[in-house]
Amino acid sequence: MTPLSLHAVDIAIAALLLVVDAALSIGLRLRFHRALLIASVRMVVQLVAVGYLLRYVFAGHSPWLTAILVLAMSLVAVREVAVRPVRRLVGGNVLVALPNVLGIVLLTACFALLTAIRPHPWYDARYAIPLVGILLGSILNAASIALAGVLDNVRQQRDAIEAQLMLGATFGTATAPLLRRSIRTAMVPVINQMAAAGVITLPGTMTGQLLAGADPVEAVKYQILLLILLTGASCMAAVGTAYGAVARLRDDRERLRLDRLR
Amino acid sequence: MSLIVEGLRNTLVGPFTFSVKGGQCLAMTGASGSGKTLLLRMIADLDPNEGRITFAGIDRASLSAPDWRRLVALVPARSGWWADTVAEHFPEDREAEWRALAAALFVPPALFERSIEEASTGERQRLALIRALLAEPRLLLLDEPTASLDPVSTQAVEALIAKRLAAGTTVIWVTHDAAQADRVGNLTRHMQAGGVLAT
Repeated sequence: MTPLSLHAVDIAIAALLLVVDAALSIGLRLRFHRALLIASVRMVVQLVAVGYLLRYVFAGHSPWLTAILVLAMSLVAVREVAVRPVRRLVGGNVLVALPNVLGIVLLTACFALLTAIRPHPWYDARYAIPLVGILLGSILNAASIALAGVLDNVRQQRDAIEAQLMLGATFGTATAPLLRRSIRTAMVPVINQMAAAGVITLPGTMTGQLLAGADPVEAVKYQILLLILLTGASCMAAVGTAYGAVARLRDDRERLRLDRLR
Repeated sequence: MSLIVEGLRNTLVGPFTFSVKGGQCLAMTGASGSGKTLLLRMIADLDPNEGRITFAGIDRASLSAPDWRRLVALVPARSGWWADTVAEHFPEDREAEWRALAAALFVPPALFERSIEEASTGERQRLALIRALLAEPRLLLLDEPTASLDPVSTQAVEALIAKRLAAGTTVIWVTHDAAQADRVGNLTRHMQAGGVLAT
């Protein structure tokens, strides 16, 4: 099962599709050809750079280099989570996003590498980096939806939350409906992904493996493992971020502190 | 059951120092935006504040915030609702009590089965009052409780609160209506701009 090797010429032929797109954009005055050109060039440059970087990291077997790369990828994800909500916590959404994203990606990745995948050494970059990458994608989605769900809706829910506080409810009871709704919304994409896997879509990882010549049943096993890991990580990220955000809006007298939200 | 407020303030209004004897009603008037609502919210400990409050000999600082708010109920001018139907906002095991209170305030019984969006502003105002009274608070903070009510319902609310006063509940009643303040208050105070209480 040697993967069919791709040459630059093969890719150039495929790129004719992009030329057709650009021609349509010019011909129909859709005005996206400029953005298309920039995005295409970015895509190629970024991926080629990442390919060479990973080749270098994979060959080096340096746990430090792997750790630095994992940290850098996580910080980019933290930033994405923090900027997604319209509202900002005083002190920054990063305070909620950072511990959740970093903690959960490390926990899930170490769990998978030490139990299910077990490469030698367990921190081998060839396994650790792609795993962290795909985990971060799901964590980013779940955490940003949960964070926006709390921060962007709490102001509108203020009367409902304070009505419960006025009746002597604890802050936890009063904010439970908002929390539950935010977490459930954040879980929708990953649950859809599992439900649709194989029937409506062939997941990206599996498609890549099949095109590279892998046996379908082997590819499926990896896909199942990955979807389980992604769902587990998404759920923890959604719960952790939503609770973290709500905790920042509460003080020692169980008041709703919307003054901490900009 | 007297309320003693000493130096109560936040960054916008105060300091307030006053007291209300147990079983009495302090009626408070004043222009919109003068700080009446903020004062009630500070007493219920819903906004950050400084100062000392003692009620029935209990120092507010010695109780947890939820315990304090069960003792001291605020009924705000704009009520909040967290469930779909009206009935879900009331304790199931005390249906007879809230049905009786609803009858006393002319709230139609069929309303409890409907969604909260279907209740009018005046109906919500009375429902919020019933919800607060069920908790049997010893101090009631009423923020314009009859603002959207017709004269008949207004009279019913005043009669119901009068009963609670007679039973020993202490009340602070914020109103725009000077005639109502004279009717319901054992003492009246007028809040001036910037949060200064005057007799």
